[in-house]
Amino acid sequence: MKRYIAKRLLLIIPMLIGISFIMFTVMHLAPGDTASIKYGMNPEVSGSARANFDKMYDLDKPVLVQYGLWVKRLISLDFGSSLIDDQAVMAKITSRLPATLLLQIISLFIIFLIAVPIGVISAVKRNSFFDRIMTIFVFIGYATPSFWLALLLILFFGFKLGWLPISGMSPWYTAYLDSFDRTKDLIAHLVLPVVATAFGSLAALSRYSRSSVIEVMNENYVLTARAKGLSSSRIVTAHILKNALLSIITIMGLSLPALISGSFIFETIFAWPGMGRLGYEAIMNYDYPVVMGVGVIATFLTLIGIFLSDIAYAFVDPRIRVGGEK
Amino acid sequence: MNKRIIFGIVIIFVMTLSAVLAPFVARYDPLKMDLSEDARLEKPSREHFFGTDNLGRDVFSRMVYGARISLSVGFIAVFISLGMGIFLGGISGYYGGWIDSVIMRIVEIMYCFPTFFLIMMVITFLGPSIVNVMIVIGLTSWAGICRLVRAEFLSLRERDFVQAAKVQGVSNFRIIFRHILPNAMGPVYVSATLSVGGAILVESALSFLGLGIQIPEASWGSILTAGKVYIDYAWWLTLFPGLAILITVLSFNLMGEGLREVLDPKLRERK
Repeated sequence: MKRYIAKRLLLIIPMLIGISFIMFTVMHLAPGDTASIKYGMNPEVSGSARANFDKMYDLDKPVLVQYGLWVKRLISLDFGSSLIDDQAVMAKITSRLPATLLLQIISLFIIFLIAVPIGVISAVKRNSFFDRIMTIFVFIGYATPSFWLALLLILFFGFKLGWLPISGMSPWYTAYLDSFDRTKDLIAHLVLPVVATAFGSLAALSRYSRSSVIEVMNENYVLTARAKGLSSSRIVTAHILKNALLSIITIMGLSLPALISGSFIFETIFAWPGMGRLGYEAIMNYDYPVVMGVGVIATFLTLIGIFLSDIAYAFVDPRIRVGGEK
Repeated sequence: MNKRIIFGIVIIFVMTLSAVLAPFVARYDPLKMDLSEDARLEKPSREHFFGTDNLGRDVFSRMVYGARISLSVGFIAVFISLGMGIFLGGISGYYGGWIDSVIMRIVEIMYCFPTFFLIMMVITFLGPSIVNVMIVIGLTSWAGICRLVRAEFLSLRERDFVQAAKVQGVSNFRIIFRHILPNAMGPVYVSATLSVGGAILVESALSFLGLGIQIPEASWGSILTAGKVYIDYAWWLTLFPGLAILITVLSFNLMGEGLREVLDPKLRERK
C-alpha cells in the first residue's frame, strides 16, 4: 500500500510539469509584452527602461529558459508578484483559497449525498416511474448551461422571492454579528452558489451510479446471495452498494476538473471571493504571474483530488493494491 | 426507428433551418437599435415574441441570428476535435509502443486539466473572436474521442482482415484510414454527437463572459450577458436564450444516446 501511494504521488510531478508548461507556452504566444502591460502608455518609462525591465525579469531570454527559471522559483513556492498591485501571488491565492475550498467541498458532499441514492434507487427499481423521472432529470441536467441556471436562481430566489442573498460571501455587517448569526448568514450566502455548482455534476454522477449498480447487479455473487435467500435490502446494502461505490469514488475524482472549471464562472456570477474569480480577473487584466499561479494551484488541487480518489479506491479494493505492489 | 433520435433530429433540423433562413424567419434586423424610451426592454408581445433588449433590439431576431453562431461553433469545433482525435487515436492504437505512450500521456494531461481555464486564457491572449473560440474548443476537446478510437484500434488491429491487408503490402496509412477506421466509427458518431452539445455549452459560457462573440453581433450566450445586468427587471432576456441553449443541447444529447442504443446491441437487450 505504501509503495502504491508513493508511486501515485510521484506521478503528480510530471503531470504538473506538463500542464504548467502548456500554460506557460500559451501565455508567451500572447501578443503584448509585460513591460507595456505594467507601464502602459506611460511616456516617462523609456524604451531603454523597458529593456532593463525585461532584463531584470529575464523576459529577454527564450521561453524554455524562462520556464526553467519559473520552475526553480516555484520550488520555493514563489510565483512572483502581481503586475497590477505588486502583491505576492502566493499571498493573493492563499487569501482566496479558503472560500473556494469551502464552496467546492460542500458541493462535492451534496452531490455525493443526493446522486448516489438517486442512482441506486433508479437501478434497483429500473423502468419504474421514479427511474423515468430521473432519466428526464439527467438529460435536462446534462443540457442545462450551468451559468444560466445560476442566473435563474438569482432571478427567482434573489429577486422574485427575495429569500436568499445573491452575491458575496460575508458582507461588512457580519463583523457585528455573533458567531451563530454569522454562520447562519454564511449558509444563506452559500445556498445559491452550491446549488449552481452541484447541479451539473449531480446529473452525471447519478447516471453513473445507476449504471455501475446495474453492472454489479448482474454479477454472480449477487445471484448467489439471492439464491441463499438473503433479503433484498441486505443484498443491496451489503453486496451491491459496497461494490458499486468503488467505481463511483473514481468518478468523483474525475469530476473535479469540471468543478474547478465551474468555479471560474460561478464565483464570477455570485461575486464569490474565491480563487476562481481571482483567476478570471487576472486573465482579464493580463496579469500573467497571477494567471500562472491560479492555473498551477487549480491543477494541483485537481491532481490531489484524483490522487485521493485513487487511494480510496485502492483502500477498498485489494486487487488494485496487490497489483500496485508487484 | 428510435424515438430519441427522431426527437433530436427534428429539433436540430428546425433550428438549423431557421438559422440558415434567418433573414426570412426574423421579423426585424437583429442589429437595429431603437433607443426611444418605450422601445427599450419591452415585455414579450405579439410584435416582439421574446421582448426587446436594453438597446431596443428584438430578442427573437437576435436569437435566430445567434443560432447561426452557436450551431456553427458546435459543428466546426467538433469537426476539429474529431480530426485530431481520430488521427491521434488511430496512430496511437495502431502503432502502440512509444508513440502510444506519448499520446496517452498527453490525453491524461488533457483529462486532468481544468480545460475551461485554459480556453479562457488562450482566447483572452489571442484576442476574443468567434473563430478563435471554435479553434480553441476543438483543440481542447479531442481527448475523449482519441481514447475511444484507440481502444477500437487496439482490438481491430489484431483481426484477420488487417493481417490480410498487411500481407498484401498495403501501406500503414491506408490500413489505418481505409481498413480499420470505417469499422471503428460507430462509437465515434455517438461521441461526436454528444460533443456538439458540449461545444455549444462551452461557447455560450465563453460568450456570456465576454470572451466569445463580440458586440454588436450576438450568440445565445452573449444575450444572457445583458440578461444578467437587467435580471431584476427583464426576465425575458435571461429566460429565452437559455431555453434555446438547453433545447438544442438536449436534442444533440438525445440523438447521441439514441445512436448509442441503435449501434450497441447489448444496451438494447438490457433495456
